[in-house]
Amino acid sequence: MINRECGVYKTTYQSDMAFFRVPLARSTIIVVLVLAAIVIPFVATDYWFGAIILPFVIFSIAAIGLNLLTGYCGQISLGHGAFIAVGGYTAAIAYIQGVPFLLSVFLGGLNSALIGLLFGIPSARIKGLYLAMATLAAQFALPWVISRVVPFLVPTGLAVAGGDTVYPPAIYIFGWQVETWLDRYFISLAFLVLLTIFSMNLMRSRVGRAWIAIRDHDVAASILGLDITHYKLLAFAISSFYAGIAGALLVFFYFRIAHVNEFDLGLSIRLLAMIIIGGLGSILGNFFGVAFILLLPIFLNRLLTTVGEAAGIYVSTGITSGVESLIFGTLIIIFLVVEPLGMAKLWENIKDYFRLWPFSY
Amino acid sequence: MEFFFELFVNGLLTGTLYALVALGLVLVYKASEVLNFAQGAMVLIAGFMVAVLIYLGIPALAAVVLGAAVMIGMSFAVERLVLRPLVAQPIISLIMVTLGLGLFLEGVQTLASNIWPVYTIDIGIPRAPIDLGGMLILPVNVIGAVMAVILFGATGYVFLYTQTGRALRAISDDHEAALSVGVSIKRLWVIVWGAAGTIALVAGLIWGTRMSVGFSLSLLAFRAFAVVILGGLDSLVGAIVAGLLVGAAENLVAGYVDPIVGGGTKEFFPYLLMLIVLWVRPYGLFGREIIERV
Repeated sequence: MINRECGVYKTTYQSDMAFFRVPLARSTIIVVLVLAAIVIPFVATDYWFGAIILPFVIFSIAAIGLNLLTGYCGQISLGHGAFIAVGGYTAAIAYIQGVPFLLSVFLGGLNSALIGLLFGIPSARIKGLYLAMATLAAQFALPWVISRVVPFLVPTGLAVAGGDTVYPPAIYIFGWQVETWLDRYFISLAFLVLLTIFSMNLMRSRVGRAWIAIRDHDVAASILGLDITHYKLLAFAISSFYAGIAGALLVFFYFRIAHVNEFDLGLSIRLLAMIIIGGLGSILGNFFGVAFILLLPIFLNRLLTTVGEAAGIYVSTGITSGVESLIFGTLIIIFLVVEPLGMAKLWENIKDYFRLWPFSY
Repeated sequence: MEFFFELFVNGLLTGTLYALVALGLVLVYKASEVLNFAQGAMVLIAGFMVAVLIYLGIPALAAVVLGAAVMIGMSFAVERLVLRPLVAQPIISLIMVTLGLGLFLEGVQTLASNIWPVYTIDIGIPRAPIDLGGMLILPVNVIGAVMAVILFGATGYVFLYTQTGRALRAISDDHEAALSVGVSIKRLWVIVWGAAGTIALVAGLIWGTRMSVGFSLSLLAFRAFAVVILGGLDSLVGAIVAGLLVGAAENLVAGYVDPIVGGGTKEFFPYLLMLIVLWVRPYGLFGREIIERV
């Protein structure tokens, strides 16, 4: 990760496949965790939690999930926005029906995994761009299904306006009420840490190696005896499980409302942008990408308003959203032209430079 | 039965427009193996540009010509600034870069619409529907269909009988072999993106006249993706057939099923149709099967 690898010689296969490949990695991760768990709660204000930190944590979960599918297994999905919606709705409805909180989040993930599996079935026969477009079907069909099914599942009074909007009630975990941003942050962080460790371990396992083989050359992988359909479907299921968990947390903690319009094609595209800008097939890159995509609009918005105020011009929301989209698009293009492999690769380059620094000859 | 025919014919007429946008996608794909996610935004910006020019008092014809000139100029910029640096990058980077281009164009449009609040195009097409033996048909749909036929004819002619067309067929067969016999891929990229831009302009004009020049245009063009996949990414014939098929089928389904399930089937039916066809034919109806070896 962020540590230098120089001076470490691996003498066994175990050490090569270890979770912490460099002794320093353990301390780095402990420092990061301490920062996240102790320093951030003291420093951050409610605005920071609500606008930046909480969405960062939750979207990181979804992005890791998509990265497992796209970055490691090589299957492009344009339907993750809808899978997130499925998770969010399932969890919210389960909770309203009296299922305990943690279980309903899990149910959200599980249902999303099932739906993801369903839409992953075409991957048995098609791939590449054709598959990417097939997942687009999920993005357009699922919100429609949700808005038709949800009204039957929610007691009247909780679903509003057209029946596809659900408000989850106050949240209790074993009798403890989750009400502050700090509580929400800690619970989401726990999910993120668990799921990150799970994904890193997964990539060290047989499954992870199979996924990478399929991504690099699926025909070769199948000749080697891998059941590629099985592994592709597994990738779809696990990836949408992550999306479902993220969806549940989004609905419970961030939006605090489930509404299909929040989970549109734009969300799927933003998720893809996160993992591509961050770096495909890199867990660390994920976090970079999520931070970039989430912070950029906020930053641009602030900048425009400040500039507008300084110049004495009123900047309407139409103009800000136009400029935002314009600069956002430009930055994505510039980024891909400069470094098509994303921020993770940039980071590697910087590390490579400093590996031998200051004696780089 | 009359209801059926009205739905069917109107669906086919819409289908010609899907086929038109799909044509732009297929051209770009054949030449560069890029699926252009910015096509919808191109339709939007082209239609909007003409609308603004007319709003500013430029005669309709001049506005259309000027619009086409800008779209072709844009294709030069896209080739030089976006595509050339990304040669031989993974598919997903190329998808993302066209998505970025789309965001950029949509941003430009949003910004411009704050300066010139124009939402309709009026290039002199009558709005009242024509009564055709009991069927009501919008004149703009007929004009759109005629334009589509003309553009398809022109593309077919270029592909089959000109040197440029031969070169295009060659690079879509084999990039490296085409390069080795002196085909200039850079020139062809500019040509196909220019053609895609012009096609987007026509689609933008027709759709813009029918509805309004707004964000919905960009989303509507997304359905053309279902069309190209259904027809096969690299097939011109596929684009026509699938376009008509999707147009007619979605209109019929919307007409008959919507009253039962409460609307909205049009939004996703093309994708469902695409999924079903892909299950039977993984490369679309007319797409070339990719044979792989290790």
